[in-house]
Amino acid sequence: MNNKHYIILIAIVVVICVIPLILLPNAEFGGADGGAEQAISDTGYEPWFTSIWEPPSGEIESLLFALQAAIGAIIIGYFIGYERGKRAKKEIKASM
Amino acid sequence: MHIMEGFLPHPWWEIWFAISIPIVIYGIYRLIKITKNVPESKPLLALMGAFIFVLSALKIPSVTGSCSHPTGTGLSAVIMGPGITSVLSMIVLVFQSLLLAHGGLTTLGANLFSMGIAGPLLAYAIWKICQKADVKPAIGIFLAAALGNLFTYVVTSFQLALAIPIGNSFFDGFLFFGGIFAITQIPLAIAEGILAVILFDFLAKYKGQLLATLKVIKIPKMKKTVEVKQ
Repeated sequence: MNNKHYIILIAIVVVICVIPLILLPNAEFGGADGGAEQAISDTGYEPWFTSIWEPPSGEIESLLFALQAAIGAIIIGYFIGYERGKRAKKEIKASM
Repeated sequence: MHIMEGFLPHPWWEIWFAISIPIVIYGIYRLIKITKNVPESKPLLALMGAFIFVLSALKIPSVTGSCSHPTGTGLSAVIMGPGITSVLSMIVLVFQSLLLAHGGLTTLGANLFSMGIAGPLLAYAIWKICQKADVKPAIGIFLAAALGNLFTYVVTSFQLALAIPIGNSFFDGFLFFGGIFAITQIPLAIAEGILAVILFDFLAKYKGQLLATLKVIKIPKMKKTVEVKQ
C-alpha cells in the first residue's frame, strides 16, 4: 500500500462516520451503552453501586475523553514519525 | 460495551472478575517475558496501548441513530497476543471508570472479559486461521479487528442477558441487548478494521523484522516500497 491507498482508506472511514449524520438528521445519537443502561433501569433494576467520582459536567467529560484520545494519538504520531525519520536517514546515508 | 457501575448484580460481577483475573495475571506474565526477551518490542507495546486508547475514546455516530465506540483491541491481539491485550484493556477501562464514570469498578471484570479477553481472543484466532489459509495480511487484519470488535458487543449482550431478566427467557434478553448494540456496531467494526489495516501495513513496512521476531508474520516484507519524501 502507498500513501494514496492510505488516503482512500481514511476517506472511507470518514464517510462511514458522516453518513449517519446526513441520513438521520433528527436522530438523538445517544450512546448505545447508555441505551442498555436505560433499558435495564426500565425493568425496575436499581444499581447497587454508583461511580466514586463523576465528571461534574458534559464539558469536563468531553475534556477527559479528548485527553484520552490525545494521549493515544500523540504516541501513535510519535512512533510513525520516528520510524519514518529513521528510515529516511538510512536512505540518505546509503545514497551518499 | 461498557456495563455501567453497579449494573451487574451478585453473583455475576464476582463471576466475571473470577474469570478475568487469572487471564490478566497471565497477561502480566507475558508482558514481563516479552519485554525481557525482546526489549525492542516496547515501543510497539506503547503503540498498541495508544491505539486502544484512541479508538475506545471515540464515540462514533451510527446508522441506528445512536453512538458507540470501537475497541481497538483486535490489532493488539494479533501483534502482542491476547494476554497482553487484556492488560492494556484493563488500563483503559480503569481510566474510563475512575475519570469518566464510564463503565465501573464493580463491572470491571465483566467489561474486561468482553473488551480485553473475548474480542481479542477471537481476533487472534481469526488472524491465525487467515495465515494458515494464506489469506492476504490486509484482509486477515481487517477481519480480525472488525469481528473482534463485534464479538466484544455480542459478549456484552450475553453478559447482560445472563444477569438481568428481560422477556421470558435468556434468549429473549440476549436478542434484546444484542438489538441495542449489534447493528449500531457494524459500521464501527468496519471502520476499526480499516484503521487497523492502515497501521498494520505501516508496521509491516517499517517493523517487519520485529513482527517476524514476535512471530506475527513469517517473512519480513522489508525494502519493498520505501518512499523517501524530499
